[in-house]
Amino acid sequence: MSNSQAAHSQKIQHSGGIADRLYTLVVAVISIAAFIMVAYPLYFIIIASVSNSTMVNQGQVILWPKDINLYGYEQIFKDTRIWQGYKNTIIYTVLGTLLNLLVTLPAAYALSQRKFRARRFIMPLFVVTMYFGGGMIPTYLLIRDLNLLNTPWVMIVNGAISVYNLIITRTFFETSIPEELHEAATLDGCSHFRYFISVVVPLSKAVISVITLYYMVGHWNDFFNALLYINTDSLQPLQIVLRNILLSNQAFAGGAGSGAGAGAGSYAQQFADQIKYAVIIVSTVPVLIIYPFIQKYFEKGVMIGAVKG
Amino acid sequence: MKPAQTTVPHQTLRGNGWLRKQAGHYQLWLMVLPAVIYIAIFCYGPMYGIQLAFREFDFSKGLTGGEWAGFKYFEQYFNSPMFWPTLRNTFIIAFFSILLGFPMPILLALVVNSIRSNRRKRILQTTVYMPYFISTVVLVALLQIMLSPTTGLIDGFLKALHLIPADTNLIGDPGAFVPVYVISAIWQACGWNSIIFIAALSSVDAQQYDAARIDGANRWQIVWHVELPAILPTIIILLIMNMGSILSVGFEKTFLMQNSLNKPVSEVISTYVFNVGVKSNQFSFGSAVGLFNTLINFTFLMLANALAKKTSKISLM
Repeated sequence: MSNSQAAHSQKIQHSGGIADRLYTLVVAVISIAAFIMVAYPLYFIIIASVSNSTMVNQGQVILWPKDINLYGYEQIFKDTRIWQGYKNTIIYTVLGTLLNLLVTLPAAYALSQRKFRARRFIMPLFVVTMYFGGGMIPTYLLIRDLNLLNTPWVMIVNGAISVYNLIITRTFFETSIPEELHEAATLDGCSHFRYFISVVVPLSKAVISVITLYYMVGHWNDFFNALLYINTDSLQPLQIVLRNILLSNQAFAGGAGSGAGAGAGSYAQQFADQIKYAVIIVSTVPVLIIYPFIQKYFEKGVMIGAVKG
Repeated sequence: MKPAQTTVPHQTLRGNGWLRKQAGHYQLWLMVLPAVIYIAIFCYGPMYGIQLAFREFDFSKGLTGGEWAGFKYFEQYFNSPMFWPTLRNTFIIAFFSILLGFPMPILLALVVNSIRSNRRKRILQTTVYMPYFISTVVLVALLQIMLSPTTGLIDGFLKALHLIPADTNLIGDPGAFVPVYVISAIWQACGWNSIIFIAALSSVDAQQYDAARIDGANRWQIVWHVELPAILPTIIILLIMNMGSILSVGFEKTFLMQNSLNKPVSEVISTYVFNVGVKSNQFSFGSAVGLFNTLINFTFLMLANALAKKTSKISLM
């Protein structure tokens, strides 16, 4: 498509020449600006996390890391809070995402079946919850009444289905899996369960990876649920630990724990920013690693699901 | 299962058709059941609990056991000194978020769509999506580090260009809160939100471009007369959906960015609900404030929807 466009723009119409060239220039400027504005801060965190923090603060670290050291990372490895948070977050993310998929996929399948008339009133009941809800306090009291406060379950069960993801998945099933396939399978004696597991799921890798990514990122970055419903330190997920370290300026365990007293405190203070950069990287990298593997499915998955939904 | 399972119910439409049909669909019912149960408990449960806003909360009697209090807690909120500040702050943040945040992904999508080289397109897309995966906690930490008045990268850059006075503290200054909030939100979500417009643009027929070219359109005119009309339905749907959340200003980010210096401009309705409701255990008052917020959101959603229906025949429902 782009080739034919290019060929046409050369062949036809000279009147648009200057305007077209100006357009190309504007596009180039905006895309380069957008690239730099997003990429540079991310790149800067990486080089700052391995550079001498004094030089970072003096503005000497701009393109390459200077005086490379891994002090920030060493401190993180000594800090048990981060690892505890990591462990909790991994548990919540794995179990939570699994539950998400077990609830979302079958429901989306059932609701995608035109013969299933009940969908005409189930779907609106689901959609309403996207725009209308009980609010923070009634939800909090419900969680309390269900005895979910301060349990890992609140982090796993709460948000078991997102209606938005349900709509994306349902639309994908409706538009990308031919109805003839179901008719053929039915003639061969295939039940809905069987058809769903052996035909629909294997054909829907695109949308499944996309909603898996959505759900996983949601669990990994979940801060709100833990803030409201978890008080126990040992159950806190990574994001709460991060807030304590990054935003509340709590002393970092590493320096003080080594037993050098006040000296270690000021030492830790001096390197506080470097530790922060390292913490940011250590906590964000797992999500960023998964993303490229799933990215190739976006066009097939989210786009089909979202544009028509 | 036998093939008869799914076909039989449709043949026996005569007697008691609906019930029989549903019985034939028991597998579909089973598949949708977990979702229905979850939605019923966790979404409709709290909606039932909304009556708390009209009751005196009684710790021993739970969500719906207290005495009726009528509109007492709403009046208490409307008459409280926090009513106008929280309402105003919420509106200002929401207004600028939509005004600046909504068009940017459309612009980005048009730009991405114009890049001919697939490699460059891919690099730009991958990069601009990435901040979306950064958590709110990390984003706010980044803002604090980058905007620090003494050592911050962005702060130093802006001062070097004399875009801000040398004594500005972007993290503490109440006047800077809304711009920092809105711009960082655009930085984080613009790329991600552009996906849907890029998808809509990819469905524009190549022949339409050719036809426009033959008619003598330049690239700007193609944007205006071909590309924008093509994605207009998507734009309107998303705008309606955004209008519905006009007052649900992100609790997390506001809460995390809040400090004693910027509190006069950063206390929004949702953080207020958290502070009075959860933190100080004023459950009925908090519910009333929360319900007020939800009702305004819903009103905006309906207004936007009705307006869109009238002007363009596109609507959400």
